[in-house]
Amino acid sequence: MEIFLVGWVAATLRVATPLIFGTLGELFSERSGVLNLGIEGTMFLGAFIGFTVASKSGSLWLGFFTAVLVGMLSGWLMALLAVRLGVNQHVAGLGMTLLWTGFSLFGFRLIFGEPKVPPSITPFQSLSILPDSTFLGPVINQHGLTYVAFLLIPLTGWVLHRTRFGLNVRAVGENPEAADAAGLDVYQIRTLALMIGGGLMAGGGAFLSLAQLGAFTYGIVAGRGWVCIALIIFANWRAVGVLWGALIFGGVAALQLRLQTMGLQLPYELFLALPYLVTILALIIAGRNASAPAALLKAYRRE
Amino acid sequence: MIKKWLRWMCMGVILSLVFSACAPAATPTQSSGPQKLKVFGAFATPIEEPWDGVIHQALVKARDAGKIEYTYTEDIGYSGDMERILREVCEQQKPDLIMGDAFGNEEAVRRVAIDFPEIAFAFGSGFGPSEPNLAVFDNWIHEPAYLLGMLAGGLTRSNTIGVVGGYPVPEVNRIVNAFIAGAKETNPKAKVLVTFINSWFDPAQAKEAALAQVDSGADVLFAERFGVIEAAKEKGVWAFGNMSDQNELAPDLVVSSAVWNMEPTVEYLIKQVEAGTFTAQDLKDFSMIGKGGASLAPFHATESKLPPELVSRVNARLEEIKKGTFRVDIDEAPPAAVN
Repeated sequence: MEIFLVGWVAATLRVATPLIFGTLGELFSERSGVLNLGIEGTMFLGAFIGFTVASKSGSLWLGFFTAVLVGMLSGWLMALLAVRLGVNQHVAGLGMTLLWTGFSLFGFRLIFGEPKVPPSITPFQSLSILPDSTFLGPVINQHGLTYVAFLLIPLTGWVLHRTRFGLNVRAVGENPEAADAAGLDVYQIRTLALMIGGGLMAGGGAFLSLAQLGAFTYGIVAGRGWVCIALIIFANWRAVGVLWGALIFGGVAALQLRLQTMGLQLPYELFLALPYLVTILALIIAGRNASAPAALLKAYRRE
Repeated sequence: MIKKWLRWMCMGVILSLVFSACAPAATPTQSSGPQKLKVFGAFATPIEEPWDGVIHQALVKARDAGKIEYTYTEDIGYSGDMERILREVCEQQKPDLIMGDAFGNEEAVRRVAIDFPEIAFAFGSGFGPSEPNLAVFDNWIHEPAYLLGMLAGGLTRSNTIGVVGGYPVPEVNRIVNAFIAGAKETNPKAKVLVTFINSWFDPAQAKEAALAQVDSGADVLFAERFGVIEAAKEKGVWAFGNMSDQNELAPDLVVSSAVWNMEPTVEYLIKQVEAGTFTAQDLKDFSMIGKGGASLAPFHATESKLPPELVSRVNARLEEIKKGTFRVDIDEAPPAAVN
């Protein structure tokens, strides 16, 4: 039982990590009033860039930071479309996802050819704070990036609610006209928020290829970006909610894999559906009081 | 106004230059010699996907050997593009043979095949062939999977073996069931855990599933899907690959793999189409051990660490399968979670 619990908690934190990165990225974007459906593609791009740079340079951290940088560029491109040109946010976001998915697969083939077995690198090793044999060892000995993800939650909350920049982001997300009248540059603030968001999303993708797997493959993100879009609603657009959302989803996802190995006489589809059922339930409960940023989905045009 | 127009013009020129630079170099056209067979590949997924990758690689090999002219379209998807692309190719390129996977596109492929009886169609499919011109094949690698199971049964110390699969469809079930049967042959006490991740490609999830099995006591893992070997690497347990030889992912831990090889099928098809004797048939045999379409990957560096009597037992079974004196049962029922 103890092994089950410890293994489960450890897996929960691992599964939650890329979701936290992605959801915090989406939080910055949506708080500034822009729904970024490019998240799925940006995470894929981050996984691709992170892996490619790490495998060519031999430095995992260089790979990770390059991925974040490229993710910021992707956020900038999204801003060019959805903020400067005022393109419909759904269309621009889905377009970004299609673009980066195709771009990454194409780039992967240019660089690595068509290998039968996907190329791999030695991924980030878990930190060894406690010996693995101790009771809490597996829980505490997580990837460094997992710690980074969990520290980013209070940091994001602080930036959004306790700094001038955060105030500006929220202002342009609620009422861009008033913010503009108050002398804020709506375009610039939204662009910055999208760039920070893009960097975080790409970081989540890079976690998958650099820490979780040590490989980049087609389908590596597997819909985690879309899960982040749901988590943001559950989180009611607040950083602390992101923590609970990611933990609940990650926890149930890790739990169902463990339940499958226990040989319960239940159809396995039920276990597989669990994380999504819980997400829907949580959305029903938490979503009733959800209040999206007022200017979300509305392109701002300066008169 | 003119300035703006000029600017767009420049951008257009630059873009077209960039795109033309990206285009693959034109393949030299054959001017003399006998006409090569024209083969077209139609794949629903990118060719990085292992299943379609096996077909693609066999065709590339035939092309490199100078036997065929080969073009392909990948990532066609499952939302109606298959029929359009096949029709366009049939009408414009008029290939002699079209290969690909029909899973998820069964009806589209069969509709087009009937309209172009002069073109040979050979598709991966869970259904039967269709007169006059649709032959089918599939990955029949239950035989090597059985041998992997024998190895796994002999290697486990905890008597617990983990299998992570995609979906419980017949193609996967028969591999997993054969693996379980093989494990039971060498180790009747072995318990085999089977987890499905309900995705063909989610390596991060597959890894988590494998880690959960290790937490439940598994010390040998069978990676029906990608991602499991990464878990074996992290936990230092034995692993087996599927579809291709995956030893290079963890040379000290991946004992062997169940390998699917489409080359015998492609060879046979080329001969039949060239001779004008192509018929709609099930090409199953060409994907099995007997004709070289399935094999047990070499043990590489792990061989010295395996118990010799286990290896000889497995090799004896392999010989029996080749001679046709041992038959691995084909069981396509979904396996239980714990066997």
